[in-house]
Amino acid sequence: MRPVAVLGVGQTDHASARTDVSLPGLIRDAIDRALLDAALEHDDIDAVILGTAPDFFEGVMLPEWWLAGALGGIGKPVLRVHTMGSVGGATAITAAAHVGSGLFERVLAVGFEKHSESQALWGLTPRNPFGRTFGAGAGAAFAPICRAYMQRHSAPAEIGPRVAVKARANALRNPHAHLRLDLTLDEVLASPMLWDPIRRLESCPQSDGAVAMIFGAETHARAGAAWVRGVSTMAEALSYPGRDVLRAPSGVECARRAYAQAGITPADLDVAEIYEPFSWIEVLLYELLGFCEPGEGWRMFDHGDTDLGGRLPVNPSGGVLSTNPIGASGMLRMAEAALQVMARAGERQVDGARTALGHAYGGTLSYHACMVLSKEKP
Amino acid sequence: MRRVGIVAVAQTDHARHRDDATAAELLYPVVKEAVAASGLSRHEIDYTCAASSDFLEGRPFSFGFALDAAGAVPPIEESHIEGDGAWAAYDAWVRIQAGLADSALVVAWGKSSEGSLPHVLNATLDPFWESPLGLDAVALAALQAQALGLPDEQLHAIVARNRAAARANPHAQITAEPDPASPFIVEPFRREHLPPISDGACALVMAAEEVLARLDAPVAWIGAAAHASDAASISARDLTLASSARAAIAAADPDRDWRMLDVAEVMAPFPHQEPMLLEAFSINVGAVNPSGGALAANPIMATGLVRLAEAALQVTGTAGLRQVPGARRGLAHATAGHCLQSNIVFLLEGTP
Repeated sequence: MRPVAVLGVGQTDHASARTDVSLPGLIRDAIDRALLDAALEHDDIDAVILGTAPDFFEGVMLPEWWLAGALGGIGKPVLRVHTMGSVGGATAITAAAHVGSGLFERVLAVGFEKHSESQALWGLTPRNPFGRTFGAGAGAAFAPICRAYMQRHSAPAEIGPRVAVKARANALRNPHAHLRLDLTLDEVLASPMLWDPIRRLESCPQSDGAVAMIFGAETHARAGAAWVRGVSTMAEALSYPGRDVLRAPSGVECARRAYAQAGITPADLDVAEIYEPFSWIEVLLYELLGFCEPGEGWRMFDHGDTDLGGRLPVNPSGGVLSTNPIGASGMLRMAEAALQVMARAGERQVDGARTALGHAYGGTLSYHACMVLSKEKP
Repeated sequence: MRRVGIVAVAQTDHARHRDDATAAELLYPVVKEAVAASGLSRHEIDYTCAASSDFLEGRPFSFGFALDAAGAVPPIEESHIEGDGAWAAYDAWVRIQAGLADSALVVAWGKSSEGSLPHVLNATLDPFWESPLGLDAVALAALQAQALGLPDEQLHAIVARNRAAARANPHAQITAEPDPASPFIVEPFRREHLPPISDGACALVMAAEEVLARLDAPVAWIGAAAHASDAASISARDLTLASSARAAIAAADPDRDWRMLDVAEVMAPFPHQEPMLLEAFSINVGAVNPSGGALAANPIMATGLVRLAEAALQVTGTAGLRQVPGARRGLAHATAGHCLQSNIVFLLEGTP
């Protein structure tokens, strides 16, 4: 792939209900911010890649048709990606590949969700061709995975709640974050148990929000740009005999490929933005993404290695636990990672960050997207 | 630009109701057939891109269940396009151009029989101003046909020609001579001038020149590909122009090296759209839709990928009874959105 730079990043302020804007207006807000950030106009954009979670959320089928105008896509290629929860990440990678191909100079990637105009429990509940309808939403799908993690690795019960405290404390430094809560451990422990072992405050919110990233070829990059160094989008069957979800091979392989392309090891990462809709998933992902050995994820967290100021700060933005417009959540990880290596992350900046990982997953850890971003041009 | 070609294609026999098969079961045989025909093993293929629509199947994440059919154990480098498979083929072509893959499997499927298609497609419209009017794809296309104003006899002749061609296509769903006096459903469309509602799937394998060099198979080289979108609202564009089809061909073939073609497979589910598209592409073409096109089988979300597969068969001289003699250069087209909102073109040249 020829060198690809991040030219601009824009995100909305995320909230439970953005009643001040329509869905097209919300998207346009993120795009306008990215264009302003990159000092570009719509005419400078060659193609638009849109990612969003199930069309059932907003109730509009193939909404990229309806939204072509809001996207600035009239007269241009508009491509729609959908890879479950990893969609934001996969969308950013698709846009980067468009530039990397040499076919396009500047490509806009957009992710959005307006949960306040949808019913997520219904929208996330597949009607299976065989078996019973699973009418319990995402939390119930992940609770057994969290429980399995705790049991296999003898993880102390307070690790999950402490992850929730860390995420919300980090979010206090992020002006765009949806949940900006100064929480104590006791407050998390006292919050209602929704899907044992996941408490309410250990869950992601449902957010209205959008994010846009502009990728461009080397000639358009300005000083201090973030460079795309490694990308991978992997999938595995949703279930099959012998599948070890705690070591979901699509996640392990996705990260391995992205690091290999970037010519780094996980030890070279200065900061990571990863997709943790539920507290325990964060420490499980440390292991999948190679930050530590299997079984060591909760210890890595316990030692404070992933705190701001730790060896590898994870989710200085507050992560998905603080902001979750689903179709945008994955791309927010890539956008936040880019801001870190561009040294433009404000109060949530990790000092001296040169190399960052953006990660998103979907399904029951069945889809993964990884992007390594660096200060150094490839 | 890397030289990339299509080396294998497969499709189902398209039918109104495939009650015998889930989406994954529709897909599995075509994946198996295309991969076997490519000469590559499943896990020698670097990248997979799938295409489908959740609304069409009436459940979220419907594509996840098709990973079984696509062969995702061990895990695969993969993405999914919500929409027609022609755009998944484009995505795969871009990944190969970027050097992120050297070969790709592209799959698409549609099971329109899972729901009531007019109601499903109404959900694509602006939810505040258009959807409540009860418009569906047929009514919108009829507005376009009225704006264009082609005579009844010409619409009938286009349908009759496509259905006659389909008699040589074993995958086609409707091959009967249309009744020129069948009742109007929405003027100017008569009942027998409408596309069928179909269940079906399609798969193809494409690869870069280095990979193709060691395979002993005819190749349909992708000379160029491009797509473009227009505004959604029919009040925001001239319905008679297919502006985005013009933008797509201009981007794919800026020097007009592909004006003279042996064959074109264009996705024109409504008969007036065929001459509109040919005019927009401004091509001189020997044969149009020797497969019978979308008027003979229309498994939406796969219909466009079927056009690409059919054009690949034609330019490699492997289209069987429906082969256009001597065809070497061709165009494949797909459309998305209502009234030709978004259009994609591939320009192919075959080596037998």
